[in-house]
Amino acid sequence: MTSHELLPLALLASSLLPGLIIFALPETWIGVRTFLNLFAAITKLGLVALLLAGVAAGEEYGVRYAVLPGLELVLKADALGMMFITLSAILWLFTTLYAIGYLEGAPHRSRFFGFFSLCVTATMGIALAANLFTFFIFYELLTLSTFPLVVHRGTDKAMKGGTIYLAYTLIGGTALLAGIVWLHHLLGHTEFAHAGIAAALGPEYAGQLKIIFLLLIAGVGVKAAIVPLHGWLPQAMVAPAPVSALLHAVAVVKAGAFGIVRIVYEVYGVEFAQSLELLYPLALFAAVTILWGSFRALFQDDLKKRLAYSTVSQVSYIALGVALFGPIGTIGGLVHLVHQGIMKITLFFCAGNYAETLGIHKVSEMDGAGRRMPLTTLAFSIGALGMMGAPLTAGAVSKAWLSDGAAAAGMDWAIWVLWTSSLLNAAYFLPVLWRAWFRPVPPAWPEEHIARRGWRETAWLLLLPPLFTAAATLAAGTLSDSEMSPLAWAKLIAEREYVVQGAP
Amino acid sequence: MIEPLFDPLVWLILLPLAWATLTFVLGPGRGAWPAIAGLTAQCWLAFDLAQKVGSGGAANHVVGGWGAPLGIDLAVDGLSAAMLLLTQTVALPLAIYARSYFKSDDPAGTWFWPLMGFLIAGLNALFVSADLFNLYVTLELVGLAAVGLVAAGGGAQQVAAALRYLFATLVGSGAYLLGVALIYGAYGTVSVATLLPLVTNDAPRLVWIASGLMVAGLMLKTALFPFHFWLPPAHGGAPAPVSALLSALVVKASFYLILRLWLGPLQAVLPAFAWLLALLGSAAIFWGSWQAIRAVKLKRLIAYSTVAQLGYLFLIFPLLAAHGALQAGVMQIFAHGLAKAGMFAAAGVLIKATGQDTVAGLAGAVERLPVTMFAFGLAGMTLMGLPPSSGFLAKWLIIEVAQAQGHWIIVVVVLAGGLLAAVYVLRVLRQAFLLTPASATLTPVPRMLEWSAFALAAASVLLGLRGVELMQLLGAMA
Amino acid sequence: MSTGFIFALTGAILFAAGLAGVVLIGHLLRRILAFNLMGSGAFLVLVGLAQRHDVADPVPQAMVLTGIVVAVAATALALALVRKLHALSGQLELPDDVDD
Repeated sequence: MTSHELLPLALLASSLLPGLIIFALPETWIGVRTFLNLFAAITKLGLVALLLAGVAAGEEYGVRYAVLPGLELVLKADALGMMFITLSAILWLFTTLYAIGYLEGAPHRSRFFGFFSLCVTATMGIALAANLFTFFIFYELLTLSTFPLVVHRGTDKAMKGGTIYLAYTLIGGTALLAGIVWLHHLLGHTEFAHAGIAAALGPEYAGQLKIIFLLLIAGVGVKAAIVPLHGWLPQAMVAPAPVSALLHAVAVVKAGAFGIVRIVYEVYGVEFAQSLELLYPLALFAAVTILWGSFRALFQDDLKKRLAYSTVSQVSYIALGVALFGPIGTIGGLVHLVHQGIMKITLFFCAGNYAETLGIHKVSEMDGAGRRMPLTTLAFSIGALGMMGAPLTAGAVSKAWLSDGAAAAGMDWAIWVLWTSSLLNAAYFLPVLWRAWFRPVPPAWPEEHIARRGWRETAWLLLLPPLFTAAATLAAGTLSDSEMSPLAWAKLIAEREYVVQGAP
Repeated sequence: MIEPLFDPLVWLILLPLAWATLTFVLGPGRGAWPAIAGLTAQCWLAFDLAQKVGSGGAANHVVGGWGAPLGIDLAVDGLSAAMLLLTQTVALPLAIYARSYFKSDDPAGTWFWPLMGFLIAGLNALFVSADLFNLYVTLELVGLAAVGLVAAGGGAQQVAAALRYLFATLVGSGAYLLGVALIYGAYGTVSVATLLPLVTNDAPRLVWIASGLMVAGLMLKTALFPFHFWLPPAHGGAPAPVSALLSALVVKASFYLILRLWLGPLQAVLPAFAWLLALLGSAAIFWGSWQAIRAVKLKRLIAYSTVAQLGYLFLIFPLLAAHGALQAGVMQIFAHGLAKAGMFAAAGVLIKATGQDTVAGLAGAVERLPVTMFAFGLAGMTLMGLPPSSGFLAKWLIIEVAQAQGHWIIVVVVLAGGLLAAVYVLRVLRQAFLLTPASATLTPVPRMLEWSAFALAAASVLLGLRGVELMQLLGAMA
Repeated sequence: MSTGFIFALTGAILFAAGLAGVVLIGHLLRRILAFNLMGSGAFLVLVGLAQRHDVADPVPQAMVLTGIVVAVAATALALALVRKLHALSGQLELPDDVDD
């Protein structure tokens, strides 16, 4: 096996093997478990760096494995996959640190971190998948490995949330499977290719291809929380904060969005999809989701639920970008995949901090939080401003490219949708910030678990991750022209994938 | 032709007969070690045979040198070799499991070993028999041994379940025998190979009646809806290792027989019934899943799941005209066999440890018995058809073949069945993830129990990563 | 009609009668008797068909012998189980199957 075949497998193994070992560890072996977690995360980052350098230089990394005659598991590291992988690997490290801090003293940590590692393995597999068959396998593995995380606390409420989550995702998975088998039957394979593979079929298959597209998008749309398939997301908030952070910034939701990107660009090909008139309905659903999610967020008092609806809305920016025909829209959608991840994880880290430190779960309890926890609230504010698309933040960069892309595609109504969404974002985030910074501190917090020590407002492990990701939000916003920024990588992908249109 | 003395075909039948007799002689409750030793040797033989068949094609063996029509022929091809492989690889972990499961004074374990030996001998003989009457004899052997296993050591409910099973199985084989009699009357032979060219499209009405009788009898033994009434009490009430053997292997034997007749001597006559079988299979999937969702006792739930999963097997009959359907059916047989054995084994551990046999009594099982619940989860994954399990591969294969022939309704039934399976599997998992109630007690169980259950369930998932060799084996059909 | 054919026809009728008995009758001992009737019917069919040639065909007769042995074993098992059931519950009919 050459090193080019070994690296993708090593990437998967770097979280799978430690995860399996962690399952077997006794609860009390905290040191060993922490070491394994961090070792895995750092090793993974190293491997990602290697792959990134290689892929940027045009190297090919991939491995094939026959499961059945004529049906292969194929893993490949390409530019698009590497974007998702890098985001996941970096954010996983921070979430691991955060989770170690958050779950201190909580029961069943071995089980938690075991499934945590499986979840990341599944995410890596989704990013590395080079055909729909492989994609599906890791996609369902993601469902299975996140379920125990959602129901981790074992309460009735957790069960209910978990059951709804599974109901949605399994039904979505069924639709996805139906579409994949159908397409496999028509084409003989489902391997991703630049400019898609569906165009090989003649025009008499147009009707079938449209239905397949619907099945595929509905299947991945459940995880991507597109209206009306988004119902599971607010219910899944019953999970511990690190899980919400992982689900909504790194793994599940992004996997769905990533699936949409793969299907439109590498299964159908954006030109072909446009010719079948599939992009416009996708853009419409994305737009409805953007507005509906923001609208619902206005009425949520529970902080995590407000963030959940915000996620519903924001992830569809990516879908919208994909549906905007043209490289500028593509770049906007792709770069938002990264930016939304960084910003949203910041917000969820902070929400977790408020809950763990002061027992704050609702927006109405946020009065004066900024005085007691200034650093956390600073990070929260940066994340929120990014969501609104304020200048200097990553969100501004995404919004700019998406608006330009909408104009270039001749869909001016989408610009209105983006601006309305920004206004709604302001409407549901600014009150939170105002309460935190400008309202007087209440006589007692709901439940102060962690006392303030000097200027250390909460535990180190809870404080540092959101500060890092908030800094990253600002960096991505201000340094977007540098060669190492997500924007530069998105441009690289568009350059390679957009064969017809050429580089922007 | 394989050298007669070392022919694995013969030893696969002789060995279990030998250790069954030996364990009977050794006395009640003893005999675990001869059984495990024998099964280990049989596993090796089955792999060896599979390899020979895979590379060399179908083979046969003439018992005692007296060939058909008066003597008994044994024949093995890809399908038989695969079934033999499944039988030994499921039976060995279950034997290890049973050794720890039956305590020395357990009445259910008194005659477990000889009965299991005869059961395995009967199954092995069934898979390699090459004439219809010998198949009847092996069917009866398997049936009687299975009834004995179900009844052993049980109370009134269990004995009643065994009697119900006995009557069903006897009616089934009686119908089969009458069919054999009529076919003999029509053609003067019962040899499978000889009958093949004789039975044509314009066979006399007698042959049609005979075929109908045989298939109906076998359907009764396979517990296909609506003949499934005997299965839930029998599989749900028996001790865990027995339930596992029955659900994983015994019901597959009569299905194998239907398949053999379909592909072999009665291939001109039986396909007329294809859609009827598929319809009954669909009904089995829905009815079995519905009852599993409603079941109160854990093992009853798993037994109804068997009823549902067997329905999948009958969906392939309309599809057998084209290549690929047989592969799908065999993959489903393997997937269900391994997963169901693992699931019953896990259930046995859970019931022993918690002292409760209801689904509701499983609260907190994930924290108290993690290995067992993981095994249950893996087995459930296979039954739901989720990747990367062998159940998923089976699902993929069936859907692909159905789509290739344009039979959309089968695709819908398979997908719906997967979702229904998810409902009843998740019923159990949900309960298990709940926090342990304060009043719950836990009896320690031997580790071997948990790990043998885990091995079976893990095997069902691992097969999902590599189905190539199994498919190649099936290519060696006579 | 040849004698062989009459035997076979009788066998078929006996089989049907036995089958009806096993399925419809509740009393366990009678069900066992009905099963034996069924078996005898099938054997009669086999033997009857064996007489259709000038010389009796030995193969079906061999099959019937084997079948009788199997039927005896099955009957013995059934009787043992019925005895056990009676000892445990005092009933001679199968109780209804409930999942409580």
